Formats: sequence, C-alpha cells, structure tokens
Amino acid sequence: MTTLTQTEQSSTTEDLQQEEHADHRMFGLATFLVADGMTFAGFFAAYLTYKAVNPLLPDAIYELELPLPTLNTILLLVSSATFHRAGKALNNNEAKLCQRWLLITASLGIAFLASQMVEYFTLPFGLTDNVYASTFYALTGFHGLHVTLGTIMILIVWWQSRSPNGRVTSKNTFPLEAAELYWHFVDGIWVILFIILYLL
Amino acid sequence: MTISIPPDKKESIEGLQPKGWFRYFSFSLDHKVIGLQYLVCGFIFYLIGGALASAIRIELTSPISDFMARDIYNQILTLHGTIMIFLWIVPVVNGAFGNYLIPFYVGARDMAFPRLNAIAFWLIPPAGLLLISSYFINGAAQSGWTAYPPLSITSPAAGQLIWILSVLLLGGSSIFGGINFIATILKLRRPGLKLMQLPMYCWAMLGTSILVVLSTPVLAGTLILLSFDIIAHTGFFNPALGGNAVIYQHLFWFYSHPAVYIMVLPAFGLVSEILPVHSRKPLFGYTTMVYSIMAIVLLGFVVWAHHMFTSGTPPWMRLFFTIATSFIAVPTGIKFFNWVATLWGGRISLNSAVLFSCGFIVNFVLGGITGVALAQVPFDIHVHDTYFVVAHFHYIVYGGSVFVIFSSIYHWYPKFTGRMLNESLGKFHFALTFIGFNLCFAPQHWLGLNGMPRRVAEYDPQFTFINQISSIGALIMALSTLPFLWNVFHSAFKGTIAGDNPWLALTPEWLTSSPPPVENWEGPAPLVTKPYGYGKSTASINKATTSSKEVEGS
Repeated sequence: MTTLTQTEQSSTTEDLQQEEHADHRMFGLATFLVADGMTFAGFFAAYLTYKAVNPLLPDAIYELELPLPTLNTILLLVSSATFHRAGKALNNNEAKLCQRWLLITASLGIAFLASQMVEYFTLPFGLTDNVYASTFYALTGFHGLHVTLGTIMILIVWWQSRSPNGRVTSKNTFPLEAAELYWHFVDGIWVILFIILYLL
Repeated sequence: MTISIPPDKKESIEGLQPKGWFRYFSFSLDHKVIGLQYLVCGFIFYLIGGALASAIRIELTSPISDFMARDIYNQILTLHGTIMIFLWIVPVVNGAFGNYLIPFYVGARDMAFPRLNAIAFWLIPPAGLLLISSYFINGAAQSGWTAYPPLSITSPAAGQLIWILSVLLLGGSSIFGGINFIATILKLRRPGLKLMQLPMYCWAMLGTSILVVLSTPVLAGTLILLSFDIIAHTGFFNPALGGNAVIYQHLFWFYSHPAVYIMVLPAFGLVSEILPVHSRKPLFGYTTMVYSIMAIVLLGFVVWAHHMFTSGTPPWMRLFFTIATSFIAVPTGIKFFNWVATLWGGRISLNSAVLFSCGFIVNFVLGGITGVALAQVPFDIHVHDTYFVVAHFHYIVYGGSVFVIFSSIYHWYPKFTGRMLNESLGKFHFALTFIGFNLCFAPQHWLGLNGMPRRVAEYDPQFTFINQISSIGALIMALSTLPFLWNVFHSAFKGTIAGDNPWLALTPEWLTSSPPPVENWEGPAPLVTKPYGYGKSTASINKATTSSKEVEGS
C-alpha cells in the first residue's frame, strides 16, 4: 500500500517537473567535473612526461616520505564515507545526525589540509628547485585548492541545514548531493595523485 | 493524493526579463537575447580584429617595418589572432547561434541552465576589454596567439599575464557554454523527439561541446603553469631551469587543435541547416553526417602533434599523427559531398545566404586540401612557419567559419528582427568578400612555398609585389564590411516585413512568430520529426510538422 502511494507520488512529481523545468543540475555538475578532471589529466600528463624525458641530476632526486600522504589518503577516504552517511541521514529526515556527519567530514577535510601543510614544511625541496618539485607543488596545490573549496562547501551546507526552514532539508537535498559528488571527485583525484606522485 | 500546482511560472519569468532594447544590455536569462548579445558583441570584436588585420596588411605592403615598430607589430599580430579566435569565431558559431537555435531545435523554452548561460556570456566583454586594454597599459602580449615559451616567458610580463587572464576567462565562458549545450541537447528534448530526428546543428553543437568540455580545461591548466613560469620563476617550460618547452606545445595543441573543430564544426552544422531550406531538398545523407561529425570529434583528439613536426618530434610520433590527420579528410570529405549532393538537382534560390554557403564550400575545399598537404611530414617541414600555413589557416577559419557566420546572419536575420535584409546589398557584400578574401589569401600560398616566414614585420624585397596584391585583397575585405553594416542597420528599421517563415523552412524556429515570444512558442512546442522533409507536396510537409502532442501538461 505504502509503495503504491509512493510510486504514484513520484510519477506526479515527475509530471510537475516536466511542466516547469526538469532538474538537470546534477548532470551539469557531473559534466563540469569531467572538465575539471581534464585539467588534472593535463597536469598528470605533464608530470609523467617530465619524468620520462627530463631526467634530473642525481643530487636533485628526493625520496618522498610515505607515512604522511598515506595518512592523508585515509583521511580523505574516510571523509567520503562520512559524507555519504550525512546524505543518508538527510534522506531519512534526521537533520541532527546529518549535521553531525557533515561536521565530521569538514573536520577531516581540515585535518587533511593541516597535514598537507605539515608535509609542505618538511619537504627538502621548494617550488622553484627543479621542474619535478614545481610539478609536485602545482599538482598537490591545485588539489589542495579543491579540498579547501570542498570544505567551505561542506560548512555552507552544514550552516544551511541547521534550521528546518533552511535551504538544505530532506525536501531539497540538491546542495548536499552536489557537494557530495564534488567531494567524491576530489577524493578520487587524490587517489590517482597519490599513486602517480608518491608510489610510481 | 492531490498535489497543489505551483502558481503560473510564466508570469514570474516574464517579470524577471527586462523589456525593450535595454534587455540586450542586461543580465537577461532569455536564450534568444543571450544569443544576440553573443552575436553583436562578437561582431564588434570582429571589427576590432579586422582593423588590426588591416594594420598588419598595411605594414606588409613594404618589406621594411615603416608603418609600425617591430614590437608593436608583434603586439598587433597577437591581439589580432586572439581576438578573432577567442572573441569572434568561437563565441559566435557556438554561443550566438547555439544559444539562439538549440532550444528551438530540441523543443525547449530555454537552455538547461539559463543563469549559467548569462554568466558565460558576461565573462566575454570584460575579458575582451582586458585583452585590448593591455595594449595601452604596458604593451600587449607579443608571442602570438600560441604564446609559445620561451618567447612568452622572456617577452614583457605584464602584457603576457593579462593575455593569460583574458584567455582563462574566455575558456571558462566556453566551458560553461559547453556544459549548457550538452545538458540542453541530451536532457531537454521535448518528449517524442529522438536524437536521430534532431536538426544537424544540434549534432554539430553536441560534438563541439564535447570537444570544449574535454580540451579547454587542459589549456587552462597549461596557461596557469605558464603564468607560474612568468610570476614565480618556476621552470615548467623554461629549458634554462630544467623545463621543457615542447611539453607546452603538446598541452597547448591538445586544446588548440580541437579548437579548430570548435570553430568549424558548428559552421558545418549551420550550413547543413541553410542549404536544404534554400535548395528545397532534404539534407543528403543525414546519418553519415552524424557519424562523420562524431568521427571528427574522436579524431580531433589524436592529431594535435601535426602542429609540431619540426619540434623535435620522434619519427614514430610523426608517422602516427600524419596517418591520424589524413584520416580526418574522410569524414570531412563525406560532409562536403553531402552538401554538394544536397544542392544537386535542387530548386536553388541563389540568395545571399546560399551564396555565402557555397563560398564556404569552395574555400573550405581549398583549405582542406592544403590541410591534407600540411599533414604530410616532408611537405610540412618545408613550409612550416611560412605564409603557407597562414593561408591554410585563414582558408579554414575565414573562408570556412566566417563565411558561414555571414550566411547564417542572412538566413536568420528575418527571425532575429522580423525584417528581411536587402538582397542586392547582400550579393554585393558577398562578391566583395569572396573576391577580397581570395585575393588576400590565395597569393600567400605562393609566398609560403617560396619561403616567406610568418609573424615577421619585415621580409625579403622579392616578395613585395605579391604582398601588395594580398594587401589589396585585404582592403577589399575591409570595404566589404560597409555594405553589410549599412544593410543590417537599415533593414532593422526599414527592411520589408519578413513574416513568420519567409523561407518556408521546416525547422522549429520558423514555426513561431518573428521575432519569437519569450517562451518561444505561444502554444505548445511543435514536434518536428522530419526537419528536412522538403521536396514533397505542401500537405505532406504539414504532416511532418504536426504539433500534435503538447509539451505542457499532457
């Protein structure tokens, strides 16, 4: 009985959407993320080409420490999971729980940035030392910029979800869903970056 | 279960839209207004870029740099290239006609993201002003539209950085537009309209938008790295600091070769709309046309290094890119023969729109043949960086895209304004443009084959006579703008009233009033499943365009 009402309701909503404008914002965002991913792809291609055709002087080669970036990877992967929980909580109309998960996700993002900062300060090379160092900072910095923007987005979503009359409710999940898709994208990029920059 | 229907949206939307002439200067969300904003803004930049081109041709009438200093020549040349590509052709073939026509073609009332659409347009005027202002601040960039390092790193930094900023803004605008077109074509089609029933311009724009979304971000990233090289003295592209200038070329051409298709694929689409209407025949080979567009999109991504045959490219790469580039001639040739077959045996009305389209076909074949020649390594090495390349490129983008833009203006002006353009002036405009264009650029093939390098203010005196012929051609091209401008301004007020469908066309933008109302059709959107159903009796045409099924509240 319940399921029947639900289907009825959803089909009517669909009709309604068609009459105004169907909501294609997630599709648009996904297309934008493809474009954004291509920027990273360009950077990765440049980095790999440098590695292949521009051998550095032996004394300019540094081994990257692995523990901190591994911790960073774990932080981001966990944050993806917590964000997912936040979305689930919102869909179940549990606003308080959703806010808690959002705050945890944002803290994980901030922890990632802090840890990245620590790594920057301890690295034995600077931005202009050699082309390898420059590409390293360009890639991690560009990704860090994405994490910063994502964290700000999460905090905005959290802020908007605090009041039941706010913009983020179980009836309007788009802001949260959009931020979540973006966050997963940024995490995915990090995994690729981690493999290419640190493991290869 | 009852659901309360929200109050009539139409009223609130109309309340948001400014009325009268002022809307063309406002942040309007109407796709038709945005399309015309793109068109007029682009044309103003065309006039500026054209003035710069005239300055270049005046300088080149004599073998010494007497009209302007050498570094000024470099700045003028860079501004000319950048303005014509990023502010005129790309915004107009994509933004202007795409915004105006695509919602009609898919049976929608607006683009998928109207606000993003307006943002995409309003990035363009500031970017253009920024670019032009750099000339007056500290001298514009001098490294050409390609901005190759180390030239771009060693030339004065201020102009180059403003150039980078401007191109980044324009790239952002282009990406936003591309996202919007993909979403509109794939998601906003009215119910009952299949992909393979869409007018060809939709396919061209879909392919172009895929190219835009996948390749423009790479250029953006590259330019950011280049700006690091200039500001922070990193060494990405600076061999003196261990970098690699060839990597810049690879990344740059990964965008800029597809950029050629971004400029010319929409033009293919527009021609495919114009020719069937005026020859009263269906578009020949619709399906092959669709596949050849997609083949060009696919191949467009794997041919970039044919711009770099002299950049120390290894032999295997030369071989691969020669073969891949030659392959592009196949889908392009299919399209060419399809247009000819569309015209073949048709009842052609030889008006300005058709003349410009035919001019396009002729010029494009010539540009295409030199393109295939340039793809061959031995020949390319001989003519690389000579006027042969300049001639080839202008045959593609001027003889190709710009001819189609003019053709499209003659074709859609009645829809834009409700009035017809003057035909005699239009034919005069065509004659001047066609003669001027060929007189200007055809001799440059000869100059290039004989070794005159491009992008230099001075040249060997033996080339003087041919350069003067070319400059006379440029003068005729510049003059050809005058009858056009007069025609456009005069006809906007005094032209004969066009009526809704002066060409008796079948595509959906003609099945409404001219100019169309804000919501595109007063009633429901018509379902046009055979946009090229010409050459049959009127009754069957009416059948093909029945507006049986309503979009709203079925």
